[in-house]
Amino acid sequence: MIARALLLILWLPVQAAAQGFAGLGTDADGFAVPTPNPVFDFPKDHGAHPDYRIEWWYLTANLTGPDGTAYGIQWTLFRSALAPETREGWSDPQVWFAHAAVTTPDSHLVAERIARGGIGQAGVTVEPFAVWIDDWQMAGPSFDEVRLTARGQAFAYDLGLQAKGPLVFHGEGGFSVKSAQGQASYYYSQPFYEVTGTLTLPTGDVAVTGSAWLDREWSSQPLADTQSGWDWFSLSFDSGDKLMGFLLREDDSMSFSSATWIAPDGTTTAYPDGAFTAKPMTWHEIAGRKVPTEWAVQLRDKGIDVTVTALNPDAWMAVSIPYWEGPITVQGSHNGRGYLEMTGYE
Amino acid sequence: MIPTALTALLSHWRCNLLQFFAMIAGLALATALWSGVQAINAEARASYDAAAATLGEGQFDQLLPRTGDVIDQSTYIELRRAGWQVSPVLEGRLRTEAGSVRLVGLDPLTAPGTIAPVGMQEDANFDDFLTRGVLFAASDVAESLAATVTQRVIVDPSIAPGVALSDIGVAQTLLSAEGTLSRLIIASAQPIGLPALSEVAPSLVRQPAQDTGADRLTDSFHLNLTAFGLLSFAVGIFIVHGTISLAFEQRRSVVRTLRALGVPINLLIAMMISELIVFALIAGGIGVAIGYVIAAALLPNVAATLQGLYGASVAGTLQLRAEWWLSGMAIAVLGTGLAAAGALWKIAQMPLLASARPRAWAVASGGTAWRLGAIAALLFVVGIGVAIWGRGLTLAFALLACVLISAALILPLVLRGAVGFANQHARAAMWQWFWADTRQQVPGMSLALMALLLATAANVGVSTMVSSFRVTFVDFLDQRLAPELFIRVEDEAQSLELEAILLTQAREVLPLLSTETEIAGVPTDLFGVRVGPTYRENWLFLEETPNVWDRVEDGRAVVVSEQLARRADLWTGDRLVIAPNLMLPIAAIVADYGNPLGQALISEAVFHELYPDLVPMSFGVRSDDPTDLRDRLTTEFGVSETAITDQSRIKAFSLGVFERTFTVTGALNILTLAVAAFAILMSLLTLASIRVPQLAPAWALGLTRRKLGQLELIRAVVLAMVTTLLAIPLGLMLAWVLLSYVNVEAFGWKLPMYLFPGHYALLTLFALLAAALAALWPAIRLARTPPSNLLKVFANDR
Repeated sequence: MIARALLLILWLPVQAAAQGFAGLGTDADGFAVPTPNPVFDFPKDHGAHPDYRIEWWYLTANLTGPDGTAYGIQWTLFRSALAPETREGWSDPQVWFAHAAVTTPDSHLVAERIARGGIGQAGVTVEPFAVWIDDWQMAGPSFDEVRLTARGQAFAYDLGLQAKGPLVFHGEGGFSVKSAQGQASYYYSQPFYEVTGTLTLPTGDVAVTGSAWLDREWSSQPLADTQSGWDWFSLSFDSGDKLMGFLLREDDSMSFSSATWIAPDGTTTAYPDGAFTAKPMTWHEIAGRKVPTEWAVQLRDKGIDVTVTALNPDAWMAVSIPYWEGPITVQGSHNGRGYLEMTGYE
Repeated sequence: MIPTALTALLSHWRCNLLQFFAMIAGLALATALWSGVQAINAEARASYDAAAATLGEGQFDQLLPRTGDVIDQSTYIELRRAGWQVSPVLEGRLRTEAGSVRLVGLDPLTAPGTIAPVGMQEDANFDDFLTRGVLFAASDVAESLAATVTQRVIVDPSIAPGVALSDIGVAQTLLSAEGTLSRLIIASAQPIGLPALSEVAPSLVRQPAQDTGADRLTDSFHLNLTAFGLLSFAVGIFIVHGTISLAFEQRRSVVRTLRALGVPINLLIAMMISELIVFALIAGGIGVAIGYVIAAALLPNVAATLQGLYGASVAGTLQLRAEWWLSGMAIAVLGTGLAAAGALWKIAQMPLLASARPRAWAVASGGTAWRLGAIAALLFVVGIGVAIWGRGLTLAFALLACVLISAALILPLVLRGAVGFANQHARAAMWQWFWADTRQQVPGMSLALMALLLATAANVGVSTMVSSFRVTFVDFLDQRLAPELFIRVEDEAQSLELEAILLTQAREVLPLLSTETEIAGVPTDLFGVRVGPTYRENWLFLEETPNVWDRVEDGRAVVVSEQLARRADLWTGDRLVIAPNLMLPIAAIVADYGNPLGQALISEAVFHELYPDLVPMSFGVRSDDPTDLRDRLTTEFGVSETAITDQSRIKAFSLGVFERTFTVTGALNILTLAVAAFAILMSLLTLASIRVPQLAPAWALGLTRRKLGQLELIRAVVLAMVTTLLAIPLGLMLAWVLLSYVNVEAFGWKLPMYLFPGHYALLTLFALLAAALAALWPAIRLARTPPSNLLKVFANDR
């Protein structure tokens, strides 16, 4: 029922032209559309933008246990609007859903939550900063200092996050183009969180430390009709440099790519379509489909020529709209680790 | 060499198209019955689940207000923010011109997975339901509701009469109950490390999911249906066995010739096996498809219900699932293998230069019948041994197999005996010839008659099983859900107050006084009952002594459940220690299917003496108009809406679901008989060509062809009659094994068996009709045999 509910929510408002992953590539009737040269207003823009169709607070973290074991966690809150407005009470057209996961080298635990806005079950406040759904939350005195919690039937985590660098804006100052036809979103990140905290796993509690990367993105039509899914990479190199790159796969197997190089001090270089390349090397069968879990990633301009490998190829997010999301290791011209998200593989 | 040999082998089927058809059709029908039963089983299960989901209330734990009938919405938010996966429900009465409608508001985003309250149809969508307000209503109230509310009203047949469903927000607006809820459903899967409910929501009380015991009953029902499916398949295998044996007999000459020409016997056998596998796969495929058609035809109601419940997204619920294909194919190949093993073995053993003359298959010696009889007797003895010393489900099925196979094998002997007996008492020459001729035909028809025997026995067995099950189930529901309404109270004061109100309003009030205790070392629920018409009229016992309820009422006896009696090793008349100073004789034993706890019932007065502090926390109420009573209790006396459960509705719904399954099994009965009739038709058609030489002399002596045809028909009916008479006791034995033996092994309790003579008479009639219909065409063909064919017999006589 929940699965169907979610699918219906995501599909129905856009069913007339439903194409692309999760029906994101549609026209934006009544919804605001991102325009170039944005001027952000913080901390207000850390909050929700209900006049846009879809928005997310998307956090991934690469963590290490006391014995050196690598772990990954994901915490994502999505806002999906049925109409570009908010209302008090149950009739609020803002629907919230969230995914949380813990990945270890040999297990991947997932949980999902769905709620309606307007009644206090899920939402965002800016000062003090809080993003929540049920008891899952990312909250603290400010965006730079938050506590992150979530739990499912078999796992829980409680992590403290402290930002050690500035916000990073993708594309042209946070206006991120998503297709040759001009589809775009507002997109910025905080990739400099330091993390300490505890994972509760079926085998017991594990104290962990590491780094986290938060993506903030909102739009009303981030995909073109012909785009079927995306592969998104966030790589943190041992040198302190970071790279965000994504491919938007076109139906005719051409891809649209975009990337941001982030120096250790937070200065960025944005790359247009084509500069960043990623090619599948190994395919892994999971949940009845094949997903590439090893990639050859290149960014010539910065001399990046690396192999990206999933820590756990079975990091399948078996949620209402399933996808692959998990920690990765990076080896080659540069070493490091990061996160990989892949959607739209049928 | 291989292609030539293959052509030679396959030419047999080209020359005997009828035989080929009989084999493919027999196998296909057998598979069809098997997969049809599987399909019905699966779909019936799905429809029970759907029924349970609509009833909803019973299957999940719920949170209710400790006092009053309102939960503040903030309590819901607090629970969610603490991690508890709960889903809100608001219920209330909505006044319309035509009376009142019970409006139920739900939150589809948080409702647990199997609650599917909304019949989403093509013309409504989720967006509408959530934000614009759509009501789904039962047909009886939709019209008056549409006149009252501004929201769109969609008629949904799956919603209980007098009820409408909407999003919780819409319900709050319509009921002017903003910010309030009636109850919270607790999802069965909860995250780890939650704070205690009493900390987060001290004003709420948790009510455990209600278990009516129906699950345990239906499990047993499904097991028995599966046994029936296997039996249906066995009927089909008899047909296939008959056809394959005949075909291989007739192919002996081809095999001998091919071997003489140098084809190795192993290659020949391999070719024949591959040929059979191909045939089995083709027939199996056809069979699964037919089974699907059968199930689809029998199950329109089930499919319709599911559609109504889940909407267009799962329309056409009856799908050809992969496991049906696989199990259907596997069982077809397996069955063919079983049927052909003997024939192939004989071919393999045949000496190279053996006489190629087909052994007289149709006139096999009486020795075979005796041999079969001996095997039957042996199996029967084994069966008795299993029944006495055997334990476990596998052995229970082994017992079933022994009984059925031995009955089938002994059939030729019984038929010979019956015909011989008739022969001795026949005076006229024509009848003496008729009986002698019949006796000679018995071996040829015995396989078909065995199929009829098994089909009829299966029908007797299944209709006994199903009807016994229905009687039991209805009794069980009557007993457990007799009071139309159940009303729950929170504390002692409320209990006294409510009882006083109820006594003035209801026909009969049944306080539910109970406590958990231990009796004879068995954990037991001890009930104090107010004996009245409800107990006297509705409770049926497995075993009883005279004046049960009078004695219980006077405090002179106790009624216990089967579980308690068995585990304490006591029975009616034995004395049971209920409390240190109370020992009462057991007046009756009552069935309590699968309940792990024991149950003991004593009178209210005795209970009060034992436990003076306990007051009833819920009441059963009898009323002729429960809806009206419910209205009055809530509006005039302020009883909380959520404290009342409408049992009559639950009962009517459950009965409706079961009725459908019973109708379906009735239709299956007729289908099995049709398969048996097909077997008879095929064997008669096969025999017809062989029999001309035997009929020609009778014709030459003056019997008209018409008369010969009539006699043919009578013969079929007489043989069918003897077979059916044997089938009835066999079917009853089958039902007994299923109910008293298989069920005990599988579930630990016994289903009572009831007899339905009317059913059996009707079944006998159907069986005779089937045999007569099957014999009709061969008889007509015989009556129209050209005299020249009959004359040729004499011309060709060497």
